Amino acid sequence: MSKEMQTPFYDSAQQQNAWLFEMAETLKYKDLIIHLVRRDVTARYKRSILGVAWTMINPLGMMLILSVIFSQVFVAVEGYAAYILSGLLMWNFFSQSTVTGIGSIVAGGDLFRRIYVPRSIFAISAIGTAIVNLVISLVPFLLVSVVVGIRPTIYFPLVVIPIILLSFFSLGVSLIIASLGVRFADIVEVYNNIGLTAWMYLTPILYPLDVLPPWLLALEKFNPMFHFIKLFRDPLYYGQMFYPQLLGICFLMSAITFITGWIFFSRITDEIAYRS
Amino acid sequence: MKLHTDLDFNEPVIGIEGASVKYLVPREHVGTFKEYAIRKIQRRIFNDEFWALKNVTFEVKRGEIFGVIGANGAGKSTLLKLVARIMRPSEGRVWVKGRVAPLLAMGAGFHPELSGRENVFLNGTLLGYSEKQIRERFDAIVEFAELQDFIDAPIRTFSSGMQARLGFAVATDQKPDVLIVDEALAVGDTAFQEKSLNRIREYQRAGTTTLFVSHGMGEIERTCQRAAWLHHGQLMYIGSAKEAVDQYLGRTPAIP
Repeated sequence: MSKEMQTPFYDSAQQQNAWLFEMAETLKYKDLIIHLVRRDVTARYKRSILGVAWTMINPLGMMLILSVIFSQVFVAVEGYAAYILSGLLMWNFFSQSTVTGIGSIVAGGDLFRRIYVPRSIFAISAIGTAIVNLVISLVPFLLVSVVVGIRPTIYFPLVVIPIILLSFFSLGVSLIIASLGVRFADIVEVYNNIGLTAWMYLTPILYPLDVLPPWLLALEKFNPMFHFIKLFRDPLYYGQMFYPQLLGICFLMSAITFITGWIFFSRITDEIAYRS
Repeated sequence: MKLHTDLDFNEPVIGIEGASVKYLVPREHVGTFKEYAIRKIQRRIFNDEFWALKNVTFEVKRGEIFGVIGANGAGKSTLLKLVARIMRPSEGRVWVKGRVAPLLAMGAGFHPELSGRENVFLNGTLLGYSEKQIRERFDAIVEFAELQDFIDAPIRTFSSGMQARLGFAVATDQKPDVLIVDEALAVGDTAFQEKSLNRIREYQRAGTTTLFVSHGMGEIERTCQRAAWLHHGQLMYIGSAKEAVDQYLGRTPAIP
């Protein structure tokens, strides 16, 4: 039908540059990413009455509970509900995309036994789904922030930058954990349960920075999520431009994590078929 | 229809060169990282080697229907996985000229809650088609599956035969260079079985090579020209389908 489908040649012996090969294969399957995202977004709520609205209700409910509980503790934070929600959106994006991405690679099972598809596709589509969910959740965020007196500023469109950077960071984390998880299922369990929970509480999502003791505050600069959430909150909650230094740090973290994860994963991807 | 006089039916399309697949089976189950780390330090990691395929070599020519037979666990599915590039051989080399349509992937990724239409796109993109290609071929696919009236209903409401018809229609819509068939050569009811077999025969005349795994010896003898007999991962015999079946049945009389 079209030229691109004409006589490809597969040779199992040609496998130099695994990472480049995986990249080229992934690009060939780019339409699959869109359909996997569409499946995950629509199929999830297909039988529910409210449908996609649940994507907005989930973080709102969480925010409501947390702000009722903690607003007495952190009275000084202006527009506390918007503060929590902005952190929560970014955190949910990270935790959901990595947990589902890792899960679909490590427990890809049946599909992987029946068909060849570049495996990184599944981690990428998990990111895609998380992006859609995050963008949808920005609607209730705007409502909440206006209600609590935080007006969006002209810097609002800059939220695209932290979303893109965190996407690459999350993809890198997914690929690293998935590569390890293919060999040791424990790693995935530790990450999903203990790892993410501890990480969440170590990140200033619920609490303002000034409640941290100085020694912990000093350690926060080694917490990537601390920087990403700051990068997100600047245009969204504080309504200001972020510092170029912060942008630089976040860019470097996502680039390094993504490249490491990609190279690591493309070396191990052939092993998945032997273990699933 | 286009004449295929320019096709060289002597050209090998699939090459298996000394291919082996080796699984490492831990002698004791080491599932956790902690256990692994401790044992690694103590140098107490022992693996048994299990050769699902051992040094298999053969070629399949264009337009052949090539059968693969053997008992359960003989390595037939592993062989198909190598050709479908689901797996890379641990040793040796496998090469394939042209586009492979694995019927083992029939209906792969079907999601019960999505409509037939959405599933055609999902399954089609999994098979490596682009969105545009599927859109162009969509009507023809649905017509072949004879599901025009149901295509927008969730696929969980389809019978298993209807799902198989849709899967077959997507997987075989374009003439592949290599068709990989695991057991189910024909799907659906009798009428549709005839239709699907006709399509495969037509493709074969037009140069499609078929790799066919089956436990039905009669079917192998009827449909295949040549066949390979695998036993415990080793190639025992390769030659005419009739002879391969005779050899296989002679060696392992327990299986009819």
